[in-house]
Amino acid sequence: MEQEKNLILEIENLRVTYETDLETVEAVNGISFQIEKGKTLGLVGETGAGKTTTALSILRLLPETTGRIKSGVIRFEGKDLLSASEEQLRGVRGNRISMVFQDPMSSLNPVYTVGDQIGEAIRLHNAGISPQEVERRVDEILEMVGIMPSRKVEYPHQFSGGMKQRVVIAMALCCEPELLIADEPTTALDVTIQAQVLAMIAQLRKRLGTSMLMITHDLGIVAKTCDDVCVMYAGKLVESGTVEDIFRGERHHPYTEGLFGSIPNLRTKARRLKPILGLMPDPTDLPRGCEFAPRCEKCMEICQTTKPEIYREGTHRLYCHLFDPHILETGGAANGHE
Amino acid sequence: MDMNKNAPLLETRDLKKYFKVGGGTLHAVDSVNIRLYQGETLGVVGESGCGKSTLGRTILKLIEPTSGQILYDGRDITRLGTRAMRPLRREMQIIFQDPYSSIDPRKSVIETIAEYMLIHKAYPSRREIMDRAVELMDLVGLARRYADSYPHELDGGRRQRIGIARALSLQPRFVVCDEPVSALDMSIQAQILNLLMDLQDELELSYMFVTHDLSVVKHISNNIMVMYLGTCVEFASSEELFASPLHPYTKALLAAIPEPDLDSREKGFQLIRGEVSSPINPKPGCRFAGRCEQCVSQCHERTPDYVETAPGHFVACHQVNGR
Repeated sequence: MEQEKNLILEIENLRVTYETDLETVEAVNGISFQIEKGKTLGLVGETGAGKTTTALSILRLLPETTGRIKSGVIRFEGKDLLSASEEQLRGVRGNRISMVFQDPMSSLNPVYTVGDQIGEAIRLHNAGISPQEVERRVDEILEMVGIMPSRKVEYPHQFSGGMKQRVVIAMALCCEPELLIADEPTTALDVTIQAQVLAMIAQLRKRLGTSMLMITHDLGIVAKTCDDVCVMYAGKLVESGTVEDIFRGERHHPYTEGLFGSIPNLRTKARRLKPILGLMPDPTDLPRGCEFAPRCEKCMEICQTTKPEIYREGTHRLYCHLFDPHILETGGAANGHE
Repeated sequence: MDMNKNAPLLETRDLKKYFKVGGGTLHAVDSVNIRLYQGETLGVVGESGCGKSTLGRTILKLIEPTSGQILYDGRDITRLGTRAMRPLRREMQIIFQDPYSSIDPRKSVIETIAEYMLIHKAYPSRREIMDRAVELMDLVGLARRYADSYPHELDGGRRQRIGIARALSLQPRFVVCDEPVSALDMSIQAQILNLLMDLQDELELSYMFVTHDLSVVKHISNNIMVMYLGTCVEFASSEELFASPLHPYTKALLAAIPEPDLDSREKGFQLIRGEVSSPINPKPGCRFAGRCEQCVSQCHERTPDYVETAPGHFVACHQVNGR
C-alpha cells in the first residue's frame, strides 16, 4: 500500500544524537514521516526542535565527530541512504537531493565569482562537460532565477541578500534534483523579498516537478507552500497531517495550539497573546514522560511518567495522551487543569 | 488618545540624518515627522536598510541629527550637549534587537541590571541599588536564582528580559524598542510582547517600537509609521492602516505577509518587483517609484508631499494625494 503512494522519501523511527565526552544531546528521538513525489512537506518547529538535524541526517552531513544516527531507516526512492557508501552518497547529494541553507551570506564562497560557483556545481555533477556548455548552463540558470547572466562575473558581496539566496537556490536546482531540502530559506530576508523567493521556488518546482522538504518556523509559509505538515518539538513529531488537518482540523496537540496562540493575528484584535509558558526542555536531560508535559496546560499525571502513543485519525497523527480513547473515557489519572 | 492630542511626549520635525560615505551622502533618515503621546506606542515598520533603527538612535541622540528638530516633553533637545542630555537619558531608554551582543558577557545578570543605576547614582547606597535590581528581576519575570548567572548561561528570551530590566531601571518614560523580539522563537516572542504591554500599562511607558514584522507591530501599536528608504510614506492608526492602506508600498508590504491560514493560500504570492535601491545620493522624486506599479512621470521628478488625507492618516504619494 505504501508503494502505491509513490513516495520519494520515507523516514522511519529516526534517532540522532550528538555525543561528546561530557554529554549526549538527544536531538531527534524516533520520528517517522514520508514525502510523496511532487509534494511539499513542511517541518515546523522552534530553535532546537531537531529540524535541521533531521535534514542533515537525510544527506548524511552530520558533524562527523559528534553526530550519530542511532537507529532508523531513511529511504530515498526505495533505497536505504543510511547503509549507502560514501561513493553512492556522492551520486545523490546535489544531484538527486539538494539542500538550501538558511543563511545565503555564509553559503557562498566570498572569493569566487557567482558564475564560477554555479559552474563548479555543474562541472562536478556532469563529468566531461565542455567549458562552453558549462557557461551556457550557468547563463540559463541565472536567467531562470531572474538574475541577468551578465552579473555572473560578480562576487557575492555585490549581490543583495535576496539575490544571494536566489543564487543559492539556482545552484541547488542546477542538476534538477528530485528532492529539494530548504532549511529556512527565507528567514534572513525581508518580507517583500521573501515573497519573491517563495514564488520563485514554487514556480521552479512546478516546472521541474521537484518534491520538497520545507523547514520553517513560520506557520504562514507553511500555509502558503506546503501540502503536508509535521510539527516538531524536542526531537519528536507531536502532530502531523495534511495542511487541512493542521489549519482546519479541530483537534490539535497542545503545542500546536500554543504555536498558533503565539502568533499575533492580523485579523483579530485580541490584545494579549497566549504564549506557551516556559522553555524548551534541555536536550541532554529530556523529561521521562511526554516531552511537552512541563509546559503543557493540559498535563495529566500519566503525561509525566509515560510517553504517549501516536494516535491516528485518517491522515492526522497526534502524539498526546489526550487522544487516547481509554484515557478520554476514564478522565485518565488526570490531575491537570482539565 | 484624543485627550492628550495637544501635548505629544515626543515630536520630530523634518528630522534628517545623513552619513558621509565613500560614494556620496547616505540619506538614512530624510525629513521624518513623528508624534508620540504619553502611554502610547508608535510602531515604525520597514525593511532592512530603511533607516528605522537610525531614526530610533537619532531621537535618543545616540547619534547627532544632521538637521531638523527633536522635541521631548515640549523641549527642543536637538542641540543639547552630552552633559545637558544626561538627566534626560534617565527618561529615554532603548531595548536592543540582539540579546546576545547588547549585554556585557563578563557581567552577571544582577550587575548588568544595576549598571545604569550605579552610573546615574539612582539611589544613595549600593545596597539599595542591588535591592532595586532584584525587584526589577521580579518585574520582568526573571527568577532570582539567575542573579549571579552570566549571559552565556541563559537563553535568548531570558537575555532579552535582562535588557528590558536594564532599560527600565531608571524609570524611563520613553523607550525605543529596536526589534526586541526578532531574534526570539515564536513562543518566547509572545511572552516578551505580553511583558512589554503589561509593563506599559503598569508604568505608563511610551514606546517607539521599531520592527520589520507587521503582525507584531499591529498587535502592539496605537499608531504606525511605514518607512521606505529614509522617508515616511504613510502614517495612521493601527486599525486604519491595516483596514485601508493607501500607499502602494504599504499595500505591497501587507500583501507580502504569509498569513497562517489556508484562505490566503489560493491568492498565491502578491509580488512587487525589484529590491530596495540605494539610499546613497537618492534621485529626486518618490523613493518607491522604481518598484511602484502606479508610478507616473511626476513620481520621478518631484518628491511627494506628506499630506493628511483623513484625520490622523498621512500619506506621501502623488497618486493618492493627486486625486
